[in-house]
Amino acid sequence: MSEILLEIDGQKVKAKTGMTVLEAAKAAGIRIPTLCYHEKLEPYGGCRLCIVELGAGERKKIVVSCVYLAEEGLVVTTRSEKIDRIRRTIIELYLAHAPDAFELLELAKEYGADRDRFAKEASFCVHCGLCVRYCAEVKKKFAVGFVDRGTRKEISFVPEIAAEECWDCKECFPLCPTEALQAAFVLMRALSL
Amino acid sequence: MDNDRVDQIIDKHNGEASSLIQVLLEIQSEHHWLPKSALERVGERLQVPRTRILHIATFYKAFSLVPKGRHEINVCMGTACHVRGAGRVLDVIEDVIGIKPGETDLELKFSLETVNCLGCCALGPVLEIDGTTHGKMAPGETADVLLNYE
Amino acid sequence: MAKINSPVELEEFRKAILNRRDPDKSCITLCSGSACNASGSAAVARCLEEEIEKQGLSESVEIRKTGCHGFCERGPIIVNNPGGVCYLQIQPEDVPEIISETAKEKRVIDRLLYTDPESGEKITHEGDIPFYKNQQRMVFGPNLSIDPKSIDDYLAIDGYAALSKALTGMSDIEVLEEVKKSNLRGRGGGGFPAGQKWEGSRNAAGEAKYVIVNADEGDPGAYMDRAILEGNPHSILEGLTLGAYAIGAHEGYVYVRQEYPLAVENLLLAIEKAEEYGFLGKNILGTGFDFKVIVHQGAGAFVCGESTALMTALEGRVGEPRPKYVRSNIKGLWNQPSVLNNVETWANVPLIINKGADWFTQFGTEGSKGTKIFSLVGKITNTGLVEVPMGTTLKDIIYKIGGGIPGGKKFKAVQTGGPSGGCIPENLLDLEVGFDELTKAGSMMGSGGMIVLDEDTCMVDVARYFIEFLTDESCGKCTPCREGLRQMLRILTNITEGRGQEGDLELLETLAETATEAALCALGKSAPNPFLSTLRYFRDEYVAHIEEKRCPALSCKELINFYIDPEKCRGCGSCLRKCPADAIIGGKKLIHIVDQDKCTKCGTCFDACPDKFAAVTKLSGVPVPAAVPEEERTIKKSK
Repeated sequence: MSEILLEIDGQKVKAKTGMTVLEAAKAAGIRIPTLCYHEKLEPYGGCRLCIVELGAGERKKIVVSCVYLAEEGLVVTTRSEKIDRIRRTIIELYLAHAPDAFELLELAKEYGADRDRFAKEASFCVHCGLCVRYCAEVKKKFAVGFVDRGTRKEISFVPEIAAEECWDCKECFPLCPTEALQAAFVLMRALSL
Repeated sequence: MDNDRVDQIIDKHNGEASSLIQVLLEIQSEHHWLPKSALERVGERLQVPRTRILHIATFYKAFSLVPKGRHEINVCMGTACHVRGAGRVLDVIEDVIGIKPGETDLELKFSLETVNCLGCCALGPVLEIDGTTHGKMAPGETADVLLNYE
Repeated sequence: MAKINSPVELEEFRKAILNRRDPDKSCITLCSGSACNASGSAAVARCLEEEIEKQGLSESVEIRKTGCHGFCERGPIIVNNPGGVCYLQIQPEDVPEIISETAKEKRVIDRLLYTDPESGEKITHEGDIPFYKNQQRMVFGPNLSIDPKSIDDYLAIDGYAALSKALTGMSDIEVLEEVKKSNLRGRGGGGFPAGQKWEGSRNAAGEAKYVIVNADEGDPGAYMDRAILEGNPHSILEGLTLGAYAIGAHEGYVYVRQEYPLAVENLLLAIEKAEEYGFLGKNILGTGFDFKVIVHQGAGAFVCGESTALMTALEGRVGEPRPKYVRSNIKGLWNQPSVLNNVETWANVPLIINKGADWFTQFGTEGSKGTKIFSLVGKITNTGLVEVPMGTTLKDIIYKIGGGIPGGKKFKAVQTGGPSGGCIPENLLDLEVGFDELTKAGSMMGSGGMIVLDEDTCMVDVARYFIEFLTDESCGKCTPCREGLRQMLRILTNITEGRGQEGDLELLETLAETATEAALCALGKSAPNPFLSTLRYFRDEYVAHIEEKRCPALSCKELINFYIDPEKCRGCGSCLRKCPADAIIGGKKLIHIVDQDKCTKCGTCFDACPDKFAAVTKLSGVPVPAAVPEEERTIKKSK
């Protein structure tokens, strides 16, 4: 694996080929906020919080750092007025679902997000997919999955598999960025049907 | 739908996991909905996790996990129909048969769906019942069309 | 049928087909696309068959069921050959006369001809009707003369000549260069140069390469791809095979909407026939080139029109777009180089190879070459499919071809580009259509939907409509699209229902920026366009809804009331009889009153009131006047 050199927030950063911008930043101690990222899982690119700006001036473009691969000579900006504004809006959209989630409130403080900006939606789930993907990719049990699409999309346990696998595992619970309760609630509902 | 028939459909597609959607489409078109037993069989034969099948069966509009009514009403909500008053036609249908899009009435007589363009824009507003197109619908006439179905 | 094994054999076969045809034999062509079937063309076809039999003309008169002619407003259409006499809006009862008079005696039936609305003159030939006269039908033209179920019909109009020419007379690079030189841009949305896309795939490393037809035509109000799929499927297959040859692919896919059953049927038959004749399969035309095509049906998801989502769906998965920053022509289907173009793009390829890039580039503008098929629908006199050279003005399309707005109404805007497009107002009607021109105006070419809106259309409602559509069709993977659209729809619905607040527009603009900049795929990034373009050109309508609770177009149900003007009502009872909600109080010689509590605002009374009275009116932003007291409702004679 060869080494590449890129610039993140004015700092020269070394990375290996194949590393994403997010991984390169992490390795250099530069923090980029994420919700759907997990080091054991394939990059998902769903929460969009980890957006960064590439390049400079007119040709700047916004990408998500968890998917974008680090390149030699790349110039990355992790915070700007625009990025902060978009991150703030995304956090506010999440807070409409889970206004009391600790992780979200921390982010809200950092970005000045208003938890009441958008009308509330009665669901904790922010669709990061961590439970679904962890169960599939790490545990290979496929006990929990997504159903439906768009705004109706939600997580759902397969009762037959959950009854056998979930009680002794529950490793997905602590992954949930809003409330572990969410997974527990959906699991209970699946098993009581 | 029995497992033999499901197997036949799967065999037709050489039992390849990539043909999952095509297999489900065929079951849906023959049976008008996807029974749980058929989905389980498909999962076993194609070696696809149940979670993936359920996501597909709920993601795509063509599939239904519950039985459908004897008559399937599709109200076109394409742009041309929309600006020509399709919303008002849909209001009348909802009133007359008492269900919302995506629902089936208790007697299993009608299932109501909205579709995003049937491509008969010259005839808008359009509704389709059991594959027959009814064009240039006025809200006042819609109830009469529904009376023809038993 | 033995396979055709060389270009020479193909030309001999073609000659034999043409020789068998008697140019003097009576041939009735009837358009039999999905839209015409819906307006009764199948019944007309049955009658034609019966009547020909009945009049003993089976030997001398034949029927050819073609695909869509495009003039859907006046379908079903019959063209009588030789002579080309064109009849419109044919009903089964017209058939006996057509057979006895026109097919047999070659006499023209005046009442079935097109009447020019301006001059009042009858027009005999299809091509002379203003709707057709101002078009340039390069891709769509063959639909008029071929039965899509007959490969011989396609061969009779030089079908597969481009394939034969390319496989034997041109190297793969020459085919690629010709397409590059033509500057053909993708007709499905983005307008990416096809040749450049092909070249990327050709040069990319991969165990296998694929060519794919995007036939998942999902834009509401757009059906040009269906018309080609149904009416001329071989042209798509020929284009696809040429693309495969140019990039070195041996397998192709057609991803077609399941909502288009006739398209699927005709396509499958075309593939079967092309294999039988040796235009597809192993050793095509004896040249050693192998290529097979597989049809994959979609299952109802608009997002699958997005290229990476489509490829994911082809792999048998949920159609979510891929988040990766690598082009699908480098790593696409099964992670292999894959060229995906839409139906119309592929159908252009045989023309370019046959007639050359120089011929192709004489049509169009600097940046957009060739022609484009538009689906002209909505509040327009001549609904239908029109093909014009790029660079034609919107005004010419809407007025010269489309015949303007029906019912004496005023034009307000034209929506182009489907749900990701935008609305263009009247003062920009001189805009020449082209990829870059439309984008500059805040809209886009998209796949070619063109929805005409008149003064009765509320622009806030149009924005709400498209955002609702996209909310329903969002795959739900990324937050700016799933949650952003959910909130945008909520705010827009509030505005159209009279609950708009100060600050709503700013909030919508913030959400729009978030989706545009941070959404995962093109669907999400372009989703705010319907809002942004209507805000850009029709801000006053938003303001009227929010500040005055008034819908200027008198369209938003929650903001209007139906009211019968007591001065104008003549007590005819038309509205009372038709009201489905029993919301009209009236009686013989009495002024009728709308019971506002019962009224469902369906508008039936408004349509039912005779034009000479025009007593039913719509009110918005003002209170409904108190009803005339019961004792004063008798209509006096003197009025």
